[in-house]
Amino acid sequence: MEKFSIDGTPKTPSISFDLAAGVLEIKGRSIPENSIEFYKPLVDSLDKYATSPKGQTNVNIQLEYFNTSSSKCILDIFKKLEAIHKSGSAVTINWHYEEDDEDMLEAGEDYQAIIGVPFKMVQVED
Amino acid sequence: MLNIFDFYHKMEENNIILSFKGDITSELLTSILQIMESKMENLHEEPKMKKKVYNVLVECLQNLYHHMDDTVGITGERRSAIFMIARNNEGYQIVTGNYIANENVTGMKNRLDEVNALTKDELKDYYKQILNNGEMSLKGGGGLGMIDIARKTGQKLGYHFDRIDDKVSFFNLEIKISQI
Repeated sequence: MEKFSIDGTPKTPSISFDLAAGVLEIKGRSIPENSIEFYKPLVDSLDKYATSPKGQTNVNIQLEYFNTSSSKCILDIFKKLEAIHKSGSAVTINWHYEEDDEDMLEAGEDYQAIIGVPFKMVQVED
Repeated sequence: MLNIFDFYHKMEENNIILSFKGDITSELLTSILQIMESKMENLHEEPKMKKKVYNVLVECLQNLYHHMDDTVGITGERRSAIFMIARNNEGYQIVTGNYIANENVTGMKNRLDEVNALTKDELKDYYKQILNNGEMSLKGGGGLGMIDIARKTGQKLGYHFDRIDDKVSFFNLEIKISQI
């Protein structure tokens, strides 16, 4: 499986993971009641990718909303990326936030403080 | 006969823009969130305010939703919950109510007091600590909800418990979001 993708819904984000290119994108809203169930396929796919990652992995996170239930799953995903980064294959996480959304910027900084992967804070227009 | 005008008048008086009593289901939450989004759109709320209210509302309502699973021994009518959303010039107010087993009251009270005692920076550190080290419950809550609400609103969580009988109490939670 070279590409993994899930369409977005009002409560869950769209996910696109191009394993061959080393690009993972998560966009939209992540407010499901059961986040573990939702993120499990991505976690499995990341485990597979981690066995032979690309030299550079780019991760684009562009969330409008996410709930605290998702925040744990997102951390788990970042921890998997951190393991890839530490094993010698570079990972960059681009954390997008809308210019007036200080809460989203702060959430990105919280992850940045916990995860040993280079973060880029990317401001987007409303 | 039930006097519906009393309800109408009370809701008007308290600036209630939306209220619900009953079972909290996933579908209900989806609908409520959609309704609140379009209401805030019609009220021309600032994007920043809209996001804050939406975020806090998600946490409040999902707390109620997850709580339904915890109410072991609480059956029938007592599985229902209530919530109201009010708006005035000062901002929004989200009030929720649900039954809680008496043996869980002290634990809940301690958690709320703990969150209320923390400053903005302490809440940030506490959030990161629970996020990173806390055990995640199967439902994914993991105790971050209240901390997140306190962080995003910058206000104390208002609460009280009404003891109903020797088994249950009614838990009242009041969240305020000031106009930015």
